[in-house]
Formats: sequence, structure tokens, C-alpha cells
Amino acid sequence: MNLISLFITSAIVNNIIFSQFLGACPFLGVSKKIDTAAGMGIAVIFVITLASVITYIVQKAILDTLGLQYLQTIMFILIIAALVQFVEMFLKKSAPGLYQALGIYLPLITTNCAVLGVAIINITKEYSFIEAMVNSVGTSLGFLIAIVLFAGVRDKVDNADLPESLKGSAISLVAAGLMSIAFLGFSGLQL
Amino acid sequence: MVIVSAAAVTGGIGVVCGVLLAVAAKLFAVEVDQKVIEVRNALPGANCGGCGFAGCDALAAAIAAGKAPVNGCPVANKQAHEKIASIMGVTADESEKKVAHVMCQGCDTVAKQKYEYNGVPDCKAAAAVMGGNKSCDKGCLGFGNCKVVCAFDAIEIVDGLAVIDKDKCTSCGKCVEECPKAVIEFVPYKNNVIVGCHNKDFGKAVKDVCSVGCIGCKICEKNCAFDAIHVTDNLAKVDYDKCTHCMVCVEKCPTKAIQGDLLSRKKAFIVEEGCIGCTICAKNCPVSAIEGELKKTHKVDPDKCIGCGVCATKCPKKTIEMK
Repeated sequence: MNLISLFITSAIVNNIIFSQFLGACPFLGVSKKIDTAAGMGIAVIFVITLASVITYIVQKAILDTLGLQYLQTIMFILIIAALVQFVEMFLKKSAPGLYQALGIYLPLITTNCAVLGVAIINITKEYSFIEAMVNSVGTSLGFLIAIVLFAGVRDKVDNADLPESLKGSAISLVAAGLMSIAFLGFSGLQL
Repeated sequence: MVIVSAAAVTGGIGVVCGVLLAVAAKLFAVEVDQKVIEVRNALPGANCGGCGFAGCDALAAAIAAGKAPVNGCPVANKQAHEKIASIMGVTADESEKKVAHVMCQGCDTVAKQKYEYNGVPDCKAAAAVMGGNKSCDKGCLGFGNCKVVCAFDAIEIVDGLAVIDKDKCTSCGKCVEECPKAVIEFVPYKNNVIVGCHNKDFGKAVKDVCSVGCIGCKICEKNCAFDAIHVTDNLAKVDYDKCTHCMVCVEKCPTKAIQGDLLSRKKAFIVEEGCIGCTICAKNCPVSAIEGELKKTHKVDPDKCIGCGVCATKCPKKTIEMK
């Protein structure tokens, strides 16, 4: 499978939110405004890519060599949490501008299952290192696309005349479901 | 054996992560000014953004750095301002309090309707349909989006027009941000002479859509004795620093576009005992309402007096009271 088709597949066809249903919590939580949604999306790209590099190395260098593959989940969670903390501290010192922009989203991402999901998919699909990186960037870009599109939809929905019982989260979930069905259309793509 | 190696690997990586983080915390420690923390604690912590900064943390940093005034928080009360001032080692001079004001008087009885709007009762939704149902493109639509976002219950919708209670307003700026017509502005709390119109069209065009709009006739500008009101782009604007609340413009405005309560107008009153008859007040009075000969007690003609207070500020004996 060549890298371009892998990239498009991970970003759109197998969109992390709409077809894999990972990372739905920040997707619903941080999608009230397009600006903040975009900020969250960019922070997720940043963290997923970094986390994939580290977890891939740990998996190949430590877990596989020692035959401890069953520790994968707990190790990855440990590494992702530590990594996000580290990145936050590093950014605060060396790139205050970027820290200001991503600051509040970084701790939120620690518990984002999309990060763990991508790290595990990279291993279970037996990607090479390059493929794993392409998959990580593609998947997180898919998250950015999804959350920004959804924020746009919510912006419109906010102004709509809704029955009282549907207001808020209820209509958001309905809208997310409909968008998911729309993204299902991509699944026929043969790349 | 397996369990030992599993525990060792997990524990080992945990320790490595922990040590790395501890080292990183030392290495990348950002010096936080003690003042920032203290100022932050003195602020209300509502993160409303009314100060113009990204939140209380950002304002605290700006105050500590001297980039924002100690009373930069519009929501905090006087005690909090004084506390922040003492942290910063300065005295809090009472800065001018500002309040939000709807720059439109086009209630349903005076503003013409462009069409009958039957959609969602929401300003943004109405504004999306040809700019709203009021004929005036700049007017308040009166569906009350501002009222909904106001956390202080300071906004009422009266006859299709938002009205802000300036005593309840904390100038948090939520309504200013929300209004799709950008008709809400900040004005000084003390000021009560305000041009209640945003329409920059020519006179006839304004007259066609609203009977209380500013037509740019410049009568106010010509009559103002203090150079405090100017017409630019067919719209009068009060210079709040120069305005003395004499309300001559309010009286003269042919369309009553200038808001001001004439009943609250003050009158100058000379305390007889103190007056030395220097004639300074009479010379400075813009409407010649003060009469009196040199070295004799002066009198204010209450019918002529417009309550501008110029005499009171000029009087060397401070013997003129504004009542």
C-alpha cells in the first residue's frame, strides 16, 4: 500500500471519529466554536504524531524483545501521559507562543482515546516506522477535519429553532450521527 | 519469572518517566512572578474576558508587568482593586467606570419594519435574513440575544429594543460581542448624554426608516459651547471627555436622537456668603446666565442656566454649587 493512499485512507475513509468512533469526548466537548475546535485539532496532530514515535520505539525496542506484548495498553497509557506532561513543560519554556495557543488543550488530550487508539493501530496493522508516521499524521488530520466541520454544523444548529428536549448535547449527537453516515460514503473508495 | 520481568519493565519505564518529568520540571521551570500569583488570587476568577485579556491569568500577568491598570478588571469591586493596588504598591485611582449602552432608540413604535419576521426569535437568525426586519440597517433588532448572554440580568427588552440598566452593568462585554448589529458600545458610566444612533446615512434616508435617528444636521455641533459633539459621516458623536452634560444638544436635536434626561439637569446656585463678586463666573458662562456687578453678589438666572458647571469649576472661592 503506498503512502499517499494510506494517508487519505487514515484521514478520510477510516476517519478516526466518524468510522472508528475514537476521541468522541473532545469531539463533542471542544466543538462549540470553530476557533477552539481548530486549536484542539492542531494540538491533537502534535500529540498523536509525537506519541506514535515514542510508543513505536518502545514497542519494538522493549516490549517485542522481551516478549511482553500484553503490557502494551498500560505501557502506552503511561508513556502518553508522561509525554504530554513533558511536552507541556517544554513548550511553556521554549515556545510560549505555541503554549498559549495549545496550552489548555494539551492536558485534555492526555486522556483522549484517539491517541492510544492510533498508537495501538500502528502496531496491530504491522506498519513500518514510516507507514506508522503517515498513519498518525493522517489520522490526526482526520480528527482536525471532523472537529472543525462539526463545529461549523453546531454553529448553525445553535441558531435553529429546536424543540426544548433536543437542545444541547442531544442535537449534537444526532448531528454527529448524520455526519458519520455521510462519511460512510467514503468507505467505498478503493485506494 | 514472567511476572517479575513485567513488573520490572513497567516499573522501570514508570521510574524513567518520573525522573524525566522531575528533571524537566526543574530544567524548564518558568519563573512565575510572585506578584502574578497574588494578583491572580485577588481577581474574581470568573474568566469572563471583560478586561480585554484572555482571562484572569492573562490580566494578572499584564497587571504584574505594568501593562494593564490595577483596576483593569471591570467586574472586581473596589476592595479587590485596592488589594491589587497594594500588591503592586500603588494607589488605585478610581478609573472611569464604563458601561455598555445600546446605541439605538428605534423601538417598534418609531422604527419602520422592512418586512414581517416570523422566524426564530433570535437576533442572529433575523440578521441573516436581509440584515434583519428593521428598515434601519444599524438598529437594534430587539430579539434579546444580549439579554440571554448577560450574566448580570442588566438587559431588558422594551418595545423591541434592548435597554441596559447601567447600574447593573459590569461592562463584561458579553453583549457587545454577541450583538450581530454591533449596536452596543461602551460609554462612561457618568455620561448621560449619548447619541442613540449608529446610522451613517444621509438625512432623508435616516428619516425614511426611523423617526429618532441622527440625520447629521449639525445643529448639535453648532450649539455646543464646549466643542464636545461632532458630526462625522452624517452621525453625531459625543466627546465624553469634553461633554459637561449641559444638554443643549438634547434640547436642540430635531429628531431627539440624542439621549439625555432633561429633568436631571442641574442648576448653578451661588452661595451668597462666599461670593466676592469677581465676575469670573459671569465671564465664563456660555449662556450669559449669571449677572452681577463687580464686588457684589452674583445671581444665576435659573431659566437661562443649562447646568454645564463651568462657573463652578472656574469660581476661585468654590462657592457655586450644582444642584
